[in-house]
Amino acid sequence: MSAFDWITQLLYVAAATCFVLGLHLMNSPASARRGNQVSTAGMVLAVATTLALVIHAGTVSATGWIVMIAGALLGGGVGLYAARTVEMTAIPQLVSIFNAVGGGAAALVAIDDYVRLASGGVAESTTVTTILDVLIGAVTFSGSIIAAGKLQGLINGAPITFPGSRAANIAAAVIGIGGGIYLIATPSVVVLVIIILAALAFGVTMVLPIGGADMPVVISLLNAFTGTAVAMAGFVIGSWALIIAGALVGASGGILTKLMADAMNRSIRNIIVGGFGTGDTQAAVEGPGGDVRSIAADDAAIQLAYAQKVVIVPGYGLAAAQAQHQVAELAALLEERGVEVSYAIHPVAGRMPGHMNVLLAEANVPYPQLKEMDEINPEFPRTDVALVIGANDVTNPAARRPGNAVSGMPILDVDHAKSIIVIKRSMAHGYAGIDNELYVNPKTSMFFADAKSALTGLTAAVKTLVG
Amino acid sequence: MTTELLTDITIFVLALLVGFEVISKVPATLHTPLMSAANSIHGIVLAGAMLIAVTANNALGYILAFVAAAFAAMNVVGGYVVTGRMLKMFHRARTPVPAGNSPAAVSGNGQAPAGSAPARGQGGQA
Repeated sequence: MSAFDWITQLLYVAAATCFVLGLHLMNSPASARRGNQVSTAGMVLAVATTLALVIHAGTVSATGWIVMIAGALLGGGVGLYAARTVEMTAIPQLVSIFNAVGGGAAALVAIDDYVRLASGGVAESTTVTTILDVLIGAVTFSGSIIAAGKLQGLINGAPITFPGSRAANIAAAVIGIGGGIYLIATPSVVVLVIIILAALAFGVTMVLPIGGADMPVVISLLNAFTGTAVAMAGFVIGSWALIIAGALVGASGGILTKLMADAMNRSIRNIIVGGFGTGDTQAAVEGPGGDVRSIAADDAAIQLAYAQKVVIVPGYGLAAAQAQHQVAELAALLEERGVEVSYAIHPVAGRMPGHMNVLLAEANVPYPQLKEMDEINPEFPRTDVALVIGANDVTNPAARRPGNAVSGMPILDVDHAKSIIVIKRSMAHGYAGIDNELYVNPKTSMFFADAKSALTGLTAAVKTLVG
Repeated sequence: MTTELLTDITIFVLALLVGFEVISKVPATLHTPLMSAANSIHGIVLAGAMLIAVTANNALGYILAFVAAAFAAMNVVGGYVVTGRMLKMFHRARTPVPAGNSPAAVSGNGQAPAGSAPARGQGGQA
């Protein structure tokens, strides 16, 4: 190993160290920004080192330089523009698109490697990782694009199935894996193209039947896939930096997938095989019947204004209505009157892990007020008013009983509060498709309105009635 | 099985374990920025895309290098910028907002130095 090789390898180790430290610093909101900066520094170091390597190799043609620089500038420009302009509600789509391009780039690295070596015969150890990289990268690419399309509303968010969709999915998997095994023995560019197409088809048919409510799991899973694909690309080109970075992302995606699946009380297999209400929809379990009590803005405002402790339970409905600023304004007003306000955040409130926290942070809510489920649940019994906004299944007490669609799902113990106000447009069902027993609880009042207008109305009512 | 492959596998497994250890300590509040940060880290595939350009000598090679470089660069730049944008919004205390409390004025400004403001929401319980 020459001195140059030594130095570049050590610089890659330094870059990998920055990635680990950067992720470590994300263990608290106070240090997270520094973590991102450390991670960015590691990336700049890694790219600069690679640039030095490329220059040192001296084999890049003029066209090669133009192609590389033009590609990087174009991609970087698009990424920068998207990152600067994206609405916080649309972050899941953007992350999904970044998963897609990351997985796509990893697959392209392997495809290039394979095509180049196919003529001269490929070493077996490299071929296995090359094929894995192509397969995982292509599945991630098409799957993430479908996921982003669903999140953006370009593709119907409901589970989409068509006759033979399951069979198509299985066929794509068989062709991809079978073709991959064939390729290891017999290099062939034609078969490579076939398995790429099969992997792309698998990604599409895997994500299409998954419902909107399962998106937090799907995004996490695709994130783990991208990481694995990048690690495989590291095997292909013999780069430890890629292997380490890919493994870190794979671990992160894996942990988040598990956390999200647990929070929805579903196995990962169950989610991939089909969303809620796709096949085995059981007859709605009869909850304890009861009358629904509705409430007007003035009464709700008085309850909130004279409470000592209010817990706000935001759900996706809040994000969909883009009402995070209105809820923050109401909370600030209540706090001025000495009311203790906190937010109960269910792990799957939003469209990706932790999404609701970002939306509320955007609305200037201090993060110490954002409480995780385990932290807030013991506080509900001494809560005067629980204000549920656009959250449904995650508050359904039926989850504590066996025998229904939400059984066993971890829920926020909203029904333990002294009184409950639910802001909701109608009595429509959540994704689980069953009645929410919370709504017929005698302690509950329903405020039927769109989240944004309801919150604006409540804020105005608090101001005029007691301000 | 070559020694190189064995080394690569060892590094992969150890990095995976380090990842599990470090990431399980990230609070749920930060899961979205975490995923976005992880997203930008896998943009390191840009290094791989650059190495494609080294050996590219025909049209197919150039096309692959171009697309891979564009994809990876989009991943890296976009990932870090959007993560930074999100993390900038997390404050320990409500930052002073210009009079009128207009929601439009909230986004993107005010960077309270973390930890400098007193924690809120403690009183009123006793």
